[in-house]
Amino acid sequence: MNASPTPAALYTVATLACACMLAIFASPGCGDFEAGADRAILNVSYDATRGFYRELNDEFARHWREKTGERIRVRMSHGGSGAQARSVMDGLPADVVTLALAGDIDAIARQSRLLPENWQGKLPHNSAPYTSTLGFLVRKGNPRDIHTWSDLAREGIQVITPNPRTSGVAQWNYLAMWGYALRRELGSDFVAKMNDPAHARDVARAQQVAREFVASVYRNVAVMDSGARSATNTFIQRGIGDVLINWENESLLGSRDLDAAGLEMIVPTVSILAEPTVAVVERTAERRGNTDLARAYLEFLYSDFAQDLAGRYYFRPVTEKALTKYAHQFPALELFTVDEVFGGWAEALRVHFRDGGTFDQIYAR
Amino acid sequence: MSVIAARSFALPRIRQPSVLPGFGLTMGFTLFYMTLLLLIPLAGLLLAATRMSFSEFWVKGIADPRVLAAYRLSFGASLLAATLNAIFGFIVAWVLVRYRFPGKRLIDAIVDLPFALPTAVSGIALTTLYARTGWIGQWFDIFGIRIAYTWIGIVIALTLIGLPFVVRTLQPALEDLEKELEEASACLGATRWRTFTRVIFPSVLPALLTGFALALARALGEYGSVIFIAGNMPHRTEIAPLLVVVRLENHDDHGAIAISIVLLAAAFVMLLSINLLQWWSRRYQH
Amino acid sequence: MSNPSTSSSTARAAPINPSAAESPWVRWVLIAIALGFISLVLLLPLALVFRYAFGEGLGVYLAAIRDADTVAAIRLTLITAAIVVPLNTVFGVMAAWAIAKFEFRGKSLLITILDMPFAISPVVVGMIFVLLFGARGWLGPTLSQWGIQIIFTPIAIVIVVAFGTMPFVVRELVSLMQAQGSEEELAALTLGASGFQTFRRITLPNIKWGLIYGVILCNARAMGEFGSVYVVSGRIRGETDTMPLHIEALYNDYLLTASFAVASLLAMLAIVTLVVKSIVEWKIARDQAIATGDDPGD
Repeated sequence: MNASPTPAALYTVATLACACMLAIFASPGCGDFEAGADRAILNVSYDATRGFYRELNDEFARHWREKTGERIRVRMSHGGSGAQARSVMDGLPADVVTLALAGDIDAIARQSRLLPENWQGKLPHNSAPYTSTLGFLVRKGNPRDIHTWSDLAREGIQVITPNPRTSGVAQWNYLAMWGYALRRELGSDFVAKMNDPAHARDVARAQQVAREFVASVYRNVAVMDSGARSATNTFIQRGIGDVLINWENESLLGSRDLDAAGLEMIVPTVSILAEPTVAVVERTAERRGNTDLARAYLEFLYSDFAQDLAGRYYFRPVTEKALTKYAHQFPALELFTVDEVFGGWAEALRVHFRDGGTFDQIYAR
Repeated sequence: MSVIAARSFALPRIRQPSVLPGFGLTMGFTLFYMTLLLLIPLAGLLLAATRMSFSEFWVKGIADPRVLAAYRLSFGASLLAATLNAIFGFIVAWVLVRYRFPGKRLIDAIVDLPFALPTAVSGIALTTLYARTGWIGQWFDIFGIRIAYTWIGIVIALTLIGLPFVVRTLQPALEDLEKELEEASACLGATRWRTFTRVIFPSVLPALLTGFALALARALGEYGSVIFIAGNMPHRTEIAPLLVVVRLENHDDHGAIAISIVLLAAAFVMLLSINLLQWWSRRYQH
Repeated sequence: MSNPSTSSSTARAAPINPSAAESPWVRWVLIAIALGFISLVLLLPLALVFRYAFGEGLGVYLAAIRDADTVAAIRLTLITAAIVVPLNTVFGVMAAWAIAKFEFRGKSLLITILDMPFAISPVVVGMIFVLLFGARGWLGPTLSQWGIQIIFTPIAIVIVVAFGTMPFVVRELVSLMQAQGSEEELAALTLGASGFQTFRRITLPNIKWGLIYGVILCNARAMGEFGSVYVVSGRIRGETDTMPLHIEALYNDYLLTASFAVASLLAMLAIVTLVVKSIVEWKIARDQAIATGDDPGD
């Protein structure tokens, strides 16, 4: 008895579904982003660069069209830096990678040979077209009186930082704390002392103190998200924790709204120079016939426009011109590098972040 | 779950004779599709696991303290959530079957919501609801109780996804209960509570256990709704499925495979025991 | 996972004999507990989704939904469902026919295996396909020699979604078909109908309501699949982001309103699914009542 209404009902449902699909396909604005592009490259990046690359890509496409007449498009994938590196190794067809740290690109080069191991020498400034450092976000008025790294280890302070095993910024956080403790123990010439055999005993003792210091900070970590974005969400949206350690650029970018959100930013005076690095994934780009485009794209990062844009997004530019222009927005700090204090990324990864490395030992307790 | 209730006794031939056509076609396609999509990938996983030595599997999949902590949390929270579901699900099913009250049809329909609501949606909704600033979280915050980003939040997320399993397996069992038995029990002078514990509860116990096991099986593997509300702290609020992703992202394939094998084995054991339970409850009822 | 046809449609009135019933006091406490629990765990989260989605006004809501990346995510989700749902429907009908109409050895094993996608963690599913099709996987290198890329493309998303939603149609149909038995089909065959005619004229009308619910539930799950898609997607904005992934990305970008706006679309889909389910239950109850000559009750 239901034979007749059923096909009708099915027909109606099917028509409605088709209409919805059509409406979505035909809706204005949709599809524009890929319309008419002759070629596309894929840039696999980390979380904190979303806004920067969105603006940069439009300008680069314009620039490329003026130069060659070809219409191109840059596709983006964002995520935790370590996770993104893994995806590239598994076949995410990235023409360029713009990750949070050299160690992640090293891993791609070493494990899947998609780019030569000397990739870091191929672009100026160690392939880091912009740098940054770390900042603390605290609640307005700084009620817990947090000014520098040692305050993070105080009893009862709740620290928010992502997991160093998955997040790029979290590794910078970890190394900055460690370096800070070495600097505190050994004095301002700590880098020189670390390379001087005469101070070997002092250095060994300082390393031990640093380890304990870092462990005591991690005991205060209240939530350990897998990426910088979720950590920031936990701190700002969910109101958890007394202090969030994050990229300086991310914190400053939000600073216009910080006041409204009841937050304040503190930049510790001794910290690490974070160098997010970029590279052409040569084998992939070649296979897809994009080598010229990928190279030009990364070189464009050193152009006046890109450097100025980096400054506007609160990255520290590397060219003199942009650096002078934006100097006022960055506090003067004493910054050490991974190469100086940890003997490069490969060594830092091996000692601290591999399975059973120092971080695991500290955290397992 | 009544699908599972198919008879399991061994048959002398592969197929009993039937006049109905189409066995070859339908069975062939079923096996083909399942093999392609399900069996080959699963076999691949098992094959990958055999490339590991047993000691490596033991160290990465079981003995590692962080992995152990994740299992403890996953199993503990799932058990707790399934228990909550068994208790409250029983009450919901009872109320829906036995009583009349305003909004009953709405409640009956909404019980299935977790089947149809994507886990990412329930994840962000629960997190926003139970965070310190959320509609519910703020009231607990007065007493210093945190729900989101602690194990309590995980239990709530797992309770949400498991609820319909308990209610929907209990409802038919409660409907099938013979009223005469209850009335006889009452006539013989038993109190209502005694009738409940001696007559009603034992007859629906198999269904309750089935629902409990289903909720547990689903909760063990849940990922989407939990990662939002869990703090994801190693050793404290990191569930086992999340650890699989973390291991993958850290380029530790063997670690991820080892944990997956344990989860897979747990899932299979759960399904088998659900089968047994259903077989038992069939026998019980007839 | 239960079957709508057997669940709740035959609720009966409270018993008349007072000694075999609870006191009104107990009754209302139980109802209050049930309502409180459902509100706390189900209704409030659902209400919150819409409150946050529309909290800043309809304009902001519409702008969030018409964003190019969101539209692309909706489109990918629809395409995925449009491929997966028909596949799993055909599979579901075939498998249900084989399981419900015939007795064969290994049937319960088959059913247990069919249930596996319910119990396997979605991230494990995603991982398996990364291991299979990844550039360092077992099939990945061979396929990429032929120029085929699967992982981090919509194809991988379709595969994992098909895996995760495989059992939904089968489940709805098997119990219904077993309950209905095969007498009508046998009669048709005896009268000279062909196998396919029998299926189309007899079986299909009998199972249509269960089929509709199975299909729409399968559709809701296909559109909402998260864990496995998260692992295989590569998250290329505007290309391999499905709606649930896009919700997560927006949420992590502090775009709470946009995130809840996309979530509200999926929540509406869930509500439609529940409404269809209620209609289906009512139809089945009515059909059964008419078939047995009873009054349908409501």
